[in-house]
Amino acid sequence: MLGKLTLAAIPFDEPIPLATSVVLIVVIGSLLTWITVKGYWAYLYREWFTSVDHKRIGVMYCLLALVMLLRGFADALMMRSQQAMAIAGAPGYLPPEHYDQIFSAHGTIMIFFTAMPFVIGLMNFVLPLQLGVRDVAFPTLNSVSFWLTASGVLLINVSLVIGEFARTGWLAYPPLSELKYSPGVGVDYYLWSLQIAGVGTLLSGINLVTTILKMRAPGMTLTRMPVFCWTSLASNLLIVAAFPILTATFAMLSLDRYLGFHFFTDDAGGNSMMYMNLIWAWGHPEVYILILPSFGIFSEVISTFSGKPLFGYRSMIAATMAICVLSFLVWLHHFFTMGAGADVNAFFGITTMIIAVPTGVKVFNWLFTMYGGRVRFTVPIWWSLSFMVTFVIGGMTGVLLAVPPADFVLHNSLFLVAHFHNVIIGGVLFGVFAGYTYWFPKAFGFTLHEGWGKAAVFCWTLGFYLAFMPLYVLGLMGATRRMQHIDDPSWTPMLYVAMVGALVIAAGILCLVIQLVVSIRDRDNRRDLTGDPWDGRSLEWATPSPPPVFNFAVMPNVEGEEAYWGIKRTAIEQQRLADEPQYEAIEMPHNSPTGVITAFFASVMGFAMIWHIWWMVILGALGAFATFVWFAWRDEDEYEIPAEEVARIDRERRRVRTEVLLPSLSRPA
Amino acid sequence: MSSHDQGVYEEDLAPGDEHSQVLAGVRGYAVGLILATGLTATSFWVAATHSLWGPGVPIGLCVLAIAQMGIHLAFFLHITTGPDNTNNVLALAFGVLIVFLVVAGSLWIMANMNANMMPMPMNQMTNLQMQHG
Repeated sequence: MLGKLTLAAIPFDEPIPLATSVVLIVVIGSLLTWITVKGYWAYLYREWFTSVDHKRIGVMYCLLALVMLLRGFADALMMRSQQAMAIAGAPGYLPPEHYDQIFSAHGTIMIFFTAMPFVIGLMNFVLPLQLGVRDVAFPTLNSVSFWLTASGVLLINVSLVIGEFARTGWLAYPPLSELKYSPGVGVDYYLWSLQIAGVGTLLSGINLVTTILKMRAPGMTLTRMPVFCWTSLASNLLIVAAFPILTATFAMLSLDRYLGFHFFTDDAGGNSMMYMNLIWAWGHPEVYILILPSFGIFSEVISTFSGKPLFGYRSMIAATMAICVLSFLVWLHHFFTMGAGADVNAFFGITTMIIAVPTGVKVFNWLFTMYGGRVRFTVPIWWSLSFMVTFVIGGMTGVLLAVPPADFVLHNSLFLVAHFHNVIIGGVLFGVFAGYTYWFPKAFGFTLHEGWGKAAVFCWTLGFYLAFMPLYVLGLMGATRRMQHIDDPSWTPMLYVAMVGALVIAAGILCLVIQLVVSIRDRDNRRDLTGDPWDGRSLEWATPSPPPVFNFAVMPNVEGEEAYWGIKRTAIEQQRLADEPQYEAIEMPHNSPTGVITAFFASVMGFAMIWHIWWMVILGALGAFATFVWFAWRDEDEYEIPAEEVARIDRERRRVRTEVLLPSLSRPA
Repeated sequence: MSSHDQGVYEEDLAPGDEHSQVLAGVRGYAVGLILATGLTATSFWVAATHSLWGPGVPIGLCVLAIAQMGIHLAFFLHITTGPDNTNNVLALAFGVLIVFLVVAGSLWIMANMNANMMPMPMNQMTNLQMQHG
């Protein structure tokens, strides 16, 4: 009846997971109780869970990412403290089978459930605003994407309480991940949470590519789009191209594990090397899926706060698209040492070095944008500066690792670990933090506290260098990754420094939390009444903060690069806003519970697959399918916002704009 | 395309262009279906027949498969050369490029790995021979 699921699945005999589970259950339980007592459920369901508004979905994505950042970072602290304690015979406090789950969960969570949702959330929120449109191409599909990602998050967290997580590392290499060597449910949790979230990501990619290619405001030609739209286009093209590979690869591993197939087994003609090949054919584009939108954010931030158009706009586009294609030509550098010949290794080593060229172009473009500009040193620009220094170091160690002979020395070492944390923290994470600070007032109508933001930049930067520079050194000294205990006592000082670094990063996270709390508390003093708090250049700043549900009362007419900057200049030169348009009623899509219900059934199905509860699998699959059919048969999918309402909202916006842009007109004579 | 243009260019539609009238649309899908079915049937015939030179059969199948893709793209996915179809054509080109890179790269890499495989004792060789075919 319940497949493999018994009471033994709950880790009663392991104190650490048990205590964590109890804390988790208490926290979630009290949160749910609080919502119930306050009576917020109806509001949450009506306005957020079923929302098809790209802005709300974007906000939920970012919130999910922030929560999972805490979870992933807790794993990181445990790893660093274990390595700082278990030196020269000391056992530390994490037994190997638990330690292995922690590093696997850390990697999986940070990539799939922190970096990905954060990046997708920002794209979701910003893209339609920057393109001057009212929503993404398929609003309900967007909600489905988000809830499928949330479903993956749910499953990976359930593994903490019921059963176990994979002990295989974040990419679950066979033969270790095959049934023979991992008979438990850990790898199944890994597979199903990522399969379900992966489908969500793929749908989101299709949605955003369609939005960018088909739904721009009049006059917004491709070469007038802000660079963030371009990098998002590249990133989503990569999602559409790469995620099917991931899905297929995981499907094959699932067939091995569930139905006795032999795609990647050691015997009966299986070939585990094919798994490495396929997973990295997805995995390398994946890192560019993450970093490209960050590059876009830095471009927006640096241009806005330097008060200048972006230097080399077209070269930025060319560099972005070059990276987009090249990222599919380098995947073998993740397994130089697996046994390909010198010719293959040389080819992929050279393509890897070539990809550093367009990235270098971007760095110089940002530098030249700042050069001669009047730079305002706000929190987003501090993230950008910290990024430029840190990321260049990570890029250079990357080019070093791209040399196959050097990689034979450094592969699987802490040098590699330091390198990819260098580019992911210093690139992706600093980027999304910059974007989070930059677009927060647009989403919520008040700015984030500057002081705590700068403290967060400082702690994250210092903490990053303290935590990962020692790992570069240890890697060169021969320390391999994923070690549960350390034999060589001479590494102790470096491991202690790394531990301190992790604590400084923890302080950085604390600063981010305090920043949020303080800003919410003081929100009445921090209101952004203008809708354009940073003197921005692209169309999202043409709307009020937060934007009305329809974003734009009439489609803006784009007449050049930097659409909103042009509108602002014209208004100031002519000392009047553009003529009041003819307001018309706007049709917007109804909210829909399709996403929540589909994801609910997908979670049921995933959980049942993990525990081999076959009747429940059928129930989940049928439920998810029935939801789609039900949605497809809907009668009415749009409601109308009357023209008077649109006019009222937009006249208020025009009044505020006049006050801000043309103070002489609005002041009584 | 506005309704006015529709009249002018009525006869100027590419095979895969979407038609405004239901009947013409159905006709397009029907032609596609017949062509696709015909190519599939031909493939089965080619694989089973002895009237073709043996080594030529795989090449024949490849030709039929590529023709099949063309039929699907034109009649079902409505890829045309029209100016409003540039996005779709570019997306297709990008997809073909990526598929080519991944497939060709994987074949090259895996062939190289297999060729460089260390000599193994006999009991392990049996497994590997199955891969080499």
